[in-house]
Amino acid sequence: MSVNEAYITGIGQSQIGVKLDRHPLLLTVDAVKEALAESGLTIGQIDGVSTYPGRVPQMLGFSPVGADDLIDALGIKAKWYAGGGEITSQLGAIVAAATAVKAGLARHVICFRTVYEAGATAKPDEYPMMRRDRVDGGSQWTAPFNAISAANWVAQYAMRHVKKYGLTREQLAQIALTDRAHAALNPRALVREPLTMDEYMSARLVSTPLCLFDCDRYSDASTVIIVSAGDAVDEVKCTPVRIAAMAGSVDRHSWDQAEWMASYQTGPDLWKQTDYTAKDVDTVQLYDGFSFLALTWLEALGFCDIGEGGQFIEGGHRIALDGELPFNTFGGQIGAGRLHGFGFAHEAVTQLRGLGGDRQIKGDPKVAIATSGGGPLATALLLARD
Amino acid sequence: MSRALPRLDSINRDFWTGGAEGELRIHHCNDCNQFFHPPRPVCRHCLSENVAAKAVAGTGVVDTFTLNYQKWHPKMEVPFAIARVELDGAPGVYLTTNIINCDPQQVDIGDKVKVIFEQQDDVHIPLFEKID
Repeated sequence: MSVNEAYITGIGQSQIGVKLDRHPLLLTVDAVKEALAESGLTIGQIDGVSTYPGRVPQMLGFSPVGADDLIDALGIKAKWYAGGGEITSQLGAIVAAATAVKAGLARHVICFRTVYEAGATAKPDEYPMMRRDRVDGGSQWTAPFNAISAANWVAQYAMRHVKKYGLTREQLAQIALTDRAHAALNPRALVREPLTMDEYMSARLVSTPLCLFDCDRYSDASTVIIVSAGDAVDEVKCTPVRIAAMAGSVDRHSWDQAEWMASYQTGPDLWKQTDYTAKDVDTVQLYDGFSFLALTWLEALGFCDIGEGGQFIEGGHRIALDGELPFNTFGGQIGAGRLHGFGFAHEAVTQLRGLGGDRQIKGDPKVAIATSGGGPLATALLLARD
Repeated sequence: MSRALPRLDSINRDFWTGGAEGELRIHHCNDCNQFFHPPRPVCRHCLSENVAAKAVAGTGVVDTFTLNYQKWHPKMEVPFAIARVELDGAPGVYLTTNIINCDPQQVDIGDKVKVIFEQQDDVHIPLFEKID
């Protein structure tokens, strides 16, 4: 182990469901306990906490548990912690933790993302929806035009691919079809039934060219990633996975002013940080809150050129579990649930450790990519088992 | 159609009320002579504070669009066209807006459009319609 590196040394995940009764703090504790058991660490060895986006009082379902809550609830003696949404998307919390352990600010950092967006809708008294007479900030540039959802914002970029590069719905469908095929092999996934092309093509439209199955759905779950310093890895009993490279970017957070996908900046930047190339990658876990984001990540990371994503995934064989580039092997957010970014890092580590069970990719995978965001915000991690 | 309205302040008021005089007003730097959006008290191109809202032609081109079919609230009438319009005379400035007064299915990238304001309370919302 190199002392100047950061490693992922434990992963954990709660059950994934819709309108779960279990309190979101307890879902977080479930994921923490699983990660600790796997790593062999005790809570007393944890000296850092990092989360995205921190507790959000005006949208409690979106983020009901902050780093403060977890530190206090578990009696963590933290020397470093951070939580906030102004970062290059969800996996930015892991980038922050890796940077902190490399700087010697902490040895073992719990990184977590807890979502309770479905549960909150069932308990409006406990998790009240944001109510405003008027919109301000970035929302004022979209909400007055009823461009309310990120689906509308992503759809406009997707429409460019349709018009400029000839992306078809049949091609884009392969993201959702692959996700759902893989989710069927993941015991924890939210949706276990495969999706057919006929079902996809006849689904109701949400915002053209995106249909219902191009969108993830509100879920309740927590995912934990433990990041450790290189000189602390010998305290851990499971196979450590090195964070071999990381990159992130923001291209004007107001979606309507961003010229193109932030992933198009972050993908090439990731390769500048490492001697690995796209050819070395055994599996990709790419953010698919909307299917189109995953397609552009494939382009951004250089697996194909910008505009060729549709042809690259056509037919789905290339990105299937037994294909040349197994994709979202846990089902992605479209199949496994809206884990909001952290599920991709969790699965990359699972595959690199060979613990994927029915969905384990063949061979001896050593290099994986996990990403989050892709629109105006983007983060990419290159993970390696040395 | 029911619309969420912006909270007006000293920075965004010119944009949201210019329609009362039939003007689409975009923040402009008097030092480097470039437009920028959203409005802020500093120019993003040269960091000058010598900035003010200035009327633009009110025409533009559809950069990209989507037809929204999802009823995000029960009274929403769908489908309708959401578009990103690149404004003539203000390079690099885009507005998210709606293309109205036509069949949404007829909206396409490259369409030439002009602003048409819809007043709600003290706000004049800049929408766009196609020009032949």
